Amino acid sequence: MADEVIQGFRERFGGAILEVHEKSPSRTFIAVDPKRLPDIAEYCYKELGCRFSIATGMHMTSGVEILYHFALDRAHRFLNLRVVLDLEKPSIESIAARVPAAEWVEREMHELLGIEFKHHPDMRHLLLADDWPDGSYPLRRDWKAGGDGDNGKK
Amino acid sequence: MARSKTIIPIGPYHPLQEEPEFFKLHVEGERVVELEIELGYNHRGIEKLAEDLSYDQVPFLVERICGICSSSHPFAGVMATEDVAGVDIPERAKYIRTFIGELERIHSHLLWLGLAGHFLGYNTVWMWAWKYREPVLDLFELLTGNRNHYGMMKPGGVRRDFADEDLAQAVKVLDSLVKPTMMFRDVALSDPVLQARTKHVGVLSKQDCIELGALGPTARASGVAIDVRKDHPYAAYDRVDFDIVTTTNGDIFDKVVVRVLEILESIKICKQCCQKLLTVKDGIDANLTDIPPGEGIGTHEAPRGEVIHYARSDGTNRPVRYKIRAPSFMNVPTNKRAVVGYTVSDATITLAAIDPCYCCTERTVVFDVSTGKALMTGKDLLALSHEKTRNLREKYSSRMDKIWI
Repeated sequence: MADEVIQGFRERFGGAILEVHEKSPSRTFIAVDPKRLPDIAEYCYKELGCRFSIATGMHMTSGVEILYHFALDRAHRFLNLRVVLDLEKPSIESIAARVPAAEWVEREMHELLGIEFKHHPDMRHLLLADDWPDGSYPLRRDWKAGGDGDNGKK
Repeated sequence: MARSKTIIPIGPYHPLQEEPEFFKLHVEGERVVELEIELGYNHRGIEKLAEDLSYDQVPFLVERICGICSSSHPFAGVMATEDVAGVDIPERAKYIRTFIGELERIHSHLLWLGLAGHFLGYNTVWMWAWKYREPVLDLFELLTGNRNHYGMMKPGGVRRDFADEDLAQAVKVLDSLVKPTMMFRDVALSDPVLQARTKHVGVLSKQDCIELGALGPTARASGVAIDVRKDHPYAAYDRVDFDIVTTTNGDIFDKVVVRVLEILESIKICKQCCQKLLTVKDGIDANLTDIPPGEGIGTHEAPRGEVIHYARSDGTNRPVRYKIRAPSFMNVPTNKRAVVGYTVSDATITLAAIDPCYCCTERTVVFDVSTGKALMTGKDLLALSHEKTRNLREKYSSRMDKIWI
């Protein structure tokens, strides 16, 4: 079962599957080409029948990373799609149109990490205040509480 | 088509649920046509805070996310840390974790059941459900030292062991809960008022659940048989016998049914754990010391659905990234589909349709202080209450018909 799933990814998307790391039988991390991510996410959700669990955005030294956690419940397994985006201007196509459950978490990653989600239906703030200063992203490494970004309070 | 719409704001502090959230109901007459949800009034930056804490401290932080199902987050959190390290924990710790998880489900579902009754204006259900929840909290205090925020989870095991004699008391309390739960199932759910208020109301289709990633009882009431305990077995859930409860209608009534039946399943699991804990004595801690670089995911079926935690380690004693997703993050958006098309409930109907104040009525006796003689018993007061309802029905009958149709 495990190998069939990975085989399916490779056959379908070939070079867009950059690296497969099977941490354990129930946790698989798949690095993919950001350009093909919406297609691969749609494949997970619609064809494999995965449940979109959540996505994790991370500000790392190598770039801004997003992990899309898909739960393949029938196989007791989590498939995690990893994309690494540009550190300066992280930007990727939104998957909300194809995987509706991702709409809110993309809004969250947008405001907390400053990732641009192209063609997202509603990019308003989800958790932060409406008057939160532009360009201040609390989950970035260089962000400090109490500074200019702290909602203007000093 | 330019018809005027009215917006009814509920929030930013919800008057009934007593939580900071903001719903904007767009209504046309009595009918809700759109729902806007605004969040963030309670955003505390816990993911950011977790990056400054050691793996041992993180469970205490995430335990404070929710005051109701307080061990759900540490449960998933310690599993994420253990997943990074790739360690297994002693069997006894697994049974203790499972027991805590299920006892918490019992108290959380009873709390919800009470609140649901309260929201419907049916305060008897509220009082009764919370009355039966009380011994559960006492049991938590006996076993963990706290009625809530038990502080039981730690990476590698649990913090406190159970004594055999306390387990005997646990079984006693669990047994005493079966009858009231059956009562809620049989009596409360055959109540015509509850049915009128909850059946075919707020229906969420199976397709909606799948599209929006709904979780827990919300999804199971719509026929989506997902449950982390079965789908991604952890702790001792693959060693105990229990069933996933699903129904098919997706209305409020079915959500009540799923939760009430889940209480019975949880009692079943807790009792199996108690039995096993008498013989399985292989320690409660794997003595986890170093967390190697890597990443891990922990999931737990909280009372409201799947909780998922993700931890990334760089080999130090603190996570470089800690992601938390509570089930409500996925369940709240389903309100947008469940609420549209139904009416804004009318206080008059609530008053007329429900015998006012069951709980006071049945527990009050009026005495003449000077003679000590009972002037009115609970029975008399109940008769008065029935009479008042009859009068109200007559008075508002013409109006009620219009609204009901």
